[in-house]
Amino acid sequence: MTFDPSIFTDHLGDIGLGFLVTLGTWSSGVLLGLALGMLIAVAQVFGNNLMRVPLRVFIELIRSTPFLVQLFLVYYGGPSFGISLDPIPAGILGLGVYGGVYFAEIFRTGFQSVARGQLEAADCLGITRLQSIWRIQLPQMLVMILPALVNMVTVLCKETAVLSIITIPELTMVLTGIGSETFAFVETLLMLCIGYLILVELCSRLGMFLETRVGRFMSRQPR
Amino acid sequence: MFDWPLLQQNAPLLLGALWVTLQVSIAALVFGFVIGIVVGSLRLSPIPLLRRLGGAYIFVFRGIPLLVQLLFIYYFLPRVGLPNVSPTVAAIIGLSLAAGAYIAEIMRGGFRAIPGGQLEAAGLLGMSDAQMLMRIRVPQAVRLTLPALVNEMILLIKASSLVSVVGLADLTRTAQNLAASDYMFVQDYLMLAGFYCLINVPLAYAASLLERRLKERTA
Repeated sequence: MTFDPSIFTDHLGDIGLGFLVTLGTWSSGVLLGLALGMLIAVAQVFGNNLMRVPLRVFIELIRSTPFLVQLFLVYYGGPSFGISLDPIPAGILGLGVYGGVYFAEIFRTGFQSVARGQLEAADCLGITRLQSIWRIQLPQMLVMILPALVNMVTVLCKETAVLSIITIPELTMVLTGIGSETFAFVETLLMLCIGYLILVELCSRLGMFLETRVGRFMSRQPR
Repeated sequence: MFDWPLLQQNAPLLLGALWVTLQVSIAALVFGFVIGIVVGSLRLSPIPLLRRLGGAYIFVFRGIPLLVQLLFIYYFLPRVGLPNVSPTVAAIIGLSLAAGAYIAEIMRGGFRAIPGGQLEAAGLLGMSDAQMLMRIRVPQAVRLTLPALVNEMILLIKASSLVSVVGLADLTRTAQNLAASDYMFVQDYLMLAGFYCLINVPLAYAASLLERRLKERTA
């Protein structure tokens, strides 16, 4: 077993590009997921049963099936519904939907964790629904759900590796490709592992920093 | 878009593959549970070096995507002198190692919920550390963490869809093969999703029931 670092210097451009694709699909997937999750959560918390029941079923179905299967349905099944997507948009859509239902559950518990009395008080003061979501519920719940959100964001980072199966040229696809071309499996796979560890660690460090930063008002001493 | 005769023809094939998926997931849960107890105990060990060792295990196996871990095992094991590892064994090793890291975190929470007085009493009665682990800590921790463990099983069944990359004919791979031959992508993949739901929806329901019961009992 030998270790040959020249593998990386020879393919630096490809690896860099793969890294960018990983970052790009990850961040777009997270943004789409957050937006979708917020919509679903608001519809669930403030909607009637006509909205709640189908959303509940949708969430359970997405949570019960593997991400890979959902990707297959979007990428290979999409054309039968007239939705032919390139691999990268299909991957981002898949990530967004998959992440969205988990984000929705996180947001929903967040909404429910803010005491009812505060909303009733806001109602009495003539504050509109939208305002009370924006100014009363969101600021308080975001602090509480931040750890769960960060956790889900790192989960999505790891799920981007699965995108290689629908031929998206991200980090896993690029490095295993180089591995099978040059038979340098040891180098490329080690590099791959280290790359993801760094990404995930950076993400959770950033999360911890944010948690202490936004949580300051919860623990601040009264003057 | 749907072809009923074909559906009836494919369903038994997927049912057989479901059995493969279940076998691999259950085996991984059992081995992952053993790893989880060991690593979870390491995390709570009084010796700093052992604590760090447990932490490092969790860091590595939770931080690397499962797909990459499976590729690593599949390509790496033959290189270090372990040729001819069957896809089933490679899949079970990969899933177990990853499950071990998640279960370790679950068990750590369970272990910490056990009052220290019980362990002191057991020590005074002359129980060894191993006896305490098996008779006092594990049984109670399992009861406390059962909902989380059922959720872990759901995650494992979903994660096992990735073992198709190491060549195991599990549920996902079988559906892929069917779709590649009959081109009925929507039908085959919807059926595939249906089979996963068949297992996971009842499991999720069981987990929420268990959680409610636990809450009632501890409240």
